[in-house]
Amino acid sequence: MKEKVLQVVDLVKTYTGLRPVHAVRGISFDVMKGEIFGLLGPNGAGKTTTVGIATTRVVPTSGTVLVDSVNAISDPQNAKMRMGVVTQFNTLDRSLNVRENLFYHCRYFGYSSKEAKARADELLELFQLTDKVKAKPIDLSGGLAQRVQLARAIAHYPKLLFLDEPTAGLDPQSRLALWEVVKVLQEQGVTVILTTHYMEEADVLCDRVAIVDYGKILKVDTPENLKKSLGASTFLDLKFVETTADDLSKIEAMDEVMEVEQLTDRVRISLKDSNSVAIVIQKAVTMGLKDVSIIEPTLESVFIKLTGRELRD
Amino acid sequence: MTDQDFVNSGVDRTLTKSSNLDQQDSAPSLRVALNGKTLSYKVSSGRTFYGLMARDLRVLSKNLGEFASRTAMQPFLFVFVFAYLFPKIGQGFSGSVGRNISFATILVPGLVGVAATMSGIMAVGLPLAIDLGVTKEIEDRAMAPVPVWLIGLEKIVFGAIQSLISALIVFPLVILIPSTPVQVHVANWPLLILVIFLACLISGAFGLTLGSMVQPVKIGLMFSLLVLPLTMLGCIYYPWSSLSSVRWLQIAVLINPMVYVSEGLRDVLTPALPHMAVWAFLMALIITAAVLLFAGLKLFTRRVMS
Repeated sequence: MKEKVLQVVDLVKTYTGLRPVHAVRGISFDVMKGEIFGLLGPNGAGKTTTVGIATTRVVPTSGTVLVDSVNAISDPQNAKMRMGVVTQFNTLDRSLNVRENLFYHCRYFGYSSKEAKARADELLELFQLTDKVKAKPIDLSGGLAQRVQLARAIAHYPKLLFLDEPTAGLDPQSRLALWEVVKVLQEQGVTVILTTHYMEEADVLCDRVAIVDYGKILKVDTPENLKKSLGASTFLDLKFVETTADDLSKIEAMDEVMEVEQLTDRVRISLKDSNSVAIVIQKAVTMGLKDVSIIEPTLESVFIKLTGRELRD
Repeated sequence: MTDQDFVNSGVDRTLTKSSNLDQQDSAPSLRVALNGKTLSYKVSSGRTFYGLMARDLRVLSKNLGEFASRTAMQPFLFVFVFAYLFPKIGQGFSGSVGRNISFATILVPGLVGVAATMSGIMAVGLPLAIDLGVTKEIEDRAMAPVPVWLIGLEKIVFGAIQSLISALIVFPLVILIPSTPVQVHVANWPLLILVIFLACLISGAFGLTLGSMVQPVKIGLMFSLLVLPLTMLGCIYYPWSSLSSVRWLQIAVLINPMVYVSEGLRDVLTPALPHMAVWAFLMALIITAAVLLFAGLKLFTRRVMS
């Protein structure tokens, strides 16, 4: 059996006050060694609080977090040795340049001056920051700042890397670059916990995803299985010259069609079987079909389906 | 290198390198994880504390000129105008503390004390308020493998060091610049060291307390409402005993810790001046230091943790 690097058990966090906020309402999950594990959910779902507790920064109301078998709540000092953290904010030390940021981070983790220098230079090389050695954090682009933060977070060889919305606010190019780095880190054996509200990010990067909403985990599985759980394998977006109610009911009546949803300028239908695409299109042509696109199921559709059900409850 | 270049060239190379990692001939230049490397999970808090201190000293050394001129400017001008210029042009302050003691002598302990006290508040309080409230730069240090209060304690010690440096910068100024004689005489060195130690500690702890408490946008307000009264009513420009003619004020200023720093230094540096009893200022300094130390560490921990 694979080693569990993170175990979260029955985590609850209630912020007391006049109107208590139930940020986390009983979250449990395990993360295995070498995995990229995603916490996917909208802002305010409880992802950041969960990560805050695991990274020893938030005191839970109840529950336990074990980081590499060390209790993060009762022994934060030892737990912190085993983890690195990157947040969506640029928290680089602005009084120091890029190299010094890495150097002093190592010093905080007990490295001697000589060891810290060697490690900082190694990281600059590794993350291709050698031309930014003397740069001030404030002058770095968002993507570069995140790259430096990643380098800093793994400088002390953590077993577990927390990435809290690491690509929030980054342009697509920088996001792509960061994903590549995260993949490399995974190949190196780093276990990653990623919180994100970008469905695509979770889909591309994560081995397993926990869908979080209102302080609870709705489902944990591989992105593949989550998408399969929708039941439909393919979606079709159809655009008609004119969409009439009559046409809609005709489409709904087709054997191949599971569900029909009218969107602003098109009709989205889910098919039971991807082999029936041609048949459906053929039928739709007679109704004045203008344009068609085939949509693979995404985590977004999974999320909408799951939270939609939750909201109706 | 831009992110575009990074995607185009860099990552591919990195990926290739890393996929070779398992082969024996390729040295694992990409030591990211613990592959083949054992890291002791025991780091002594002392080493981390030292690392935090090294960082602060590095930042200070970068701004040393700025720090020194900022520290020296106010006392320099003050001594220059009031203890050099005024006697020269025949303009003076009325009233006397007796025994033919110059105003310049009164200023020595006062200005050294205020420089030391304010320096720690400025060095710790201002940057910390911004760190905690705006830039979140403290995050990385908060994740260092030590209890959070120790990170706060490092800030206090660092503030105290800056306090001491400030006192050392100001001391020669207030002795050398005045045009009237300055009577400085240290009779009790251990007491001098103790008073300076307590003053520096109070300064650092005060800085940590304010920095953890005050919102960055309120810093200006804090200066007018706190720092100014602390200074003006801190027995810096007059000995406490001379306030006896304004009895209510003499009692009211006793809540100001600055008073005890000034009076303590007055006792150890300029014993010819009237000053508060040793037991009184020592007790007050120790209590102030203890309260601020406790409050500062508590508030800091509460700001970092939630």
